[in-house]
Amino acid sequence: MTHSHLTGLLDTDAIRKDFPVLSRQLHDGKPLVYLDNAATSQKPRQVLDALNAYYEQHNANVHRGVHVLAEEATALYEGARDKVASFINAPSRNEVIFTKNASESLNLVANMLGWAEEPYRVDADSEIVITEMEHHSNIVPWQLLAQRTGAKLKWFSLTDEGRLDLSNMDELITEKTKIVSVTLVSNLLGTVNPVDAIVRKAQSVGALVAIDASQAAPHAVLDVQALEADFVAFTGHKMLGPTGIGVLWGRQELLEDLPPFLGGGEMIETVTMGSSTYAPAPHKFEAGTPPIAQAVGLGAAIDYLSAIGMDKVAAHEHAITAYAIERLAEVPDLRIIGPRTAVDRGAAISFTLGDIHPHDVGQVLDEQGIAVRVGHHCARPVCLRYGIPATTRASFYLYSTPGEVDALIDGLHHVRNFFG
Amino acid sequence: MKLDSMYQEIILDHYRNPHGKGLRDGDAEVHHVNPTCGDEITLRVRLDGAVVADVSYDSQGCSISQASASVLNDLVVGKQVGEAQQIQEAFLELMQSRGQSEGDEDLLEDAVAFAGVSKYPARVKCALLSWMAWKDATAKALGGQPPLTD
Ligand SMILES: Cc1ncc(COP(=O)(O)O)c(C=O)c1O
Repeated sequence: MTHSHLTGLLDTDAIRKDFPVLSRQLHDGKPLVYLDNAATSQKPRQVLDALNAYYEQHNANVHRGVHVLAEEATALYEGARDKVASFINAPSRNEVIFTKNASESLNLVANMLGWAEEPYRVDADSEIVITEMEHHSNIVPWQLLAQRTGAKLKWFSLTDEGRLDLSNMDELITEKTKIVSVTLVSNLLGTVNPVDAIVRKAQSVGALVAIDASQAAPHAVLDVQALEADFVAFTGHKMLGPTGIGVLWGRQELLEDLPPFLGGGEMIETVTMGSSTYAPAPHKFEAGTPPIAQAVGLGAAIDYLSAIGMDKVAAHEHAITAYAIERLAEVPDLRIIGPRTAVDRGAAISFTLGDIHPHDVGQVLDEQGIAVRVGHHCARPVCLRYGIPATTRASFYLYSTPGEVDALIDGLHHVRNFFG
Repeated sequence: MKLDSMYQEIILDHYRNPHGKGLRDGDAEVHHVNPTCGDEITLRVRLDGAVVADVSYDSQGCSISQASASVLNDLVVGKQVGEAQQIQEAFLELMQSRGQSEGDEDLLEDAVAFAGVSKYPARVKCALLSWMAWKDATAKALGGQPPLTD
């Protein structure tokens, strides 16, 4: 296969050298073809080194010591917050809350609103709006909140093309709506959603908007000011960072007004046996010893991505995705679940292959060193919507190559022969 | 190649031509799902005294889970319930053997072909789905009574 027609590709030869695991060989010498980036990304040496250096040179608890290591650890942890703030163009570093992952970030928003005073309080008269394409992490916290408060949960449905059906937006988002929570990019369908239209509608009725940017932050420029949402959640491990670190960005005045969820050390101002007062945001929402090394690792990941440029990462993935869609069309009986063009589309492509079950597809691909994800991808309502039990998903990142797309296509032909 | 140890020809044959598939009358029905992959089975058991008269099922899933349901049907229909339960236990043991057991061919017949699957932790649940459903449905059909013997 020649790839000379593809434009906007990054120098993956150089980039791949930074990722030790990408040179692994599996099953008697087959090179690893890692196409499970929507589940988690691989980590570059620079991030691994930052983790090691933190533990070897600076390890201490943060915000509570006068010794050198405590000061260094605090500076590194808070420095990571600065990096995140500038990466997402946050107006203030105090709007960046570290959590353990996107799931915790979204649960935090739901719990802030459940315990809030008016006008934010979600109660029996309130409505919560999500979409049918959410990850379970952006469904279940809202179901819990609705069950506990008596609020009503509503959702946008999906079109046959795998896009949000916005035609009934006026019925969904009403004066009763307290919060609209939507994903910017679907982890199963790959769809990039027109959140601007939803944000405008929500603003017109005075509802808050939370955006799940878990599949967006790793892949393109994320500008929380341009989004005009109230909360933005994402997770470090999908963007070259370690596991155990996530982010919730929230607008400053909201974070000042909304109550804490978890209580503990670090989040207080003063404590008596009767009551406590709380530290200002973001610390109000970071009870206990935070994931310090993980935040430092995320900071290193952001440095790595920023040095390449998120616009260049997006262009690379766009080219790879377009090429993959074009080549997947060659495979008989293959049906893409989600947009069939690379327009407004991320780099995760789900598909079915005739009546061969995704488990079997994934197993035979694995034998060839190709790692894909199979199942419902924590978005089971999407599978139900399209009447399928599961999909096979290939998802790309900045180190993915057209050659890996070719390997996937060859692998899929092999799968068909195997079960044919 | 390792794959062949999982996808034995016998398994692929059962997958392509499943035995006893479809729902028929039964004394008890259960519905089991594998939450990690969404595989599902609705399974009915019909007993005739102490004999497993029929095991019928409607299922959705990968080749391993489909073939396993077909083999289950072959192995337990027509057997005494007690005997069928022994086979079920032997199959469970085989699947939990992490590739260390070859299985008792006299007892398990075609089901020994699943020995290779036991090396793949992610797929063991697929192989066990219908067997656990059968165990459950049989207990339900017996209504807590030990099987009659004749
Ligand atoms: C769209 C989306 N939201 C939320 C999550 C949850 O991320 P985490 O498991 O790191 O909390 C994921 C990843 O699995 C995702 O793809």
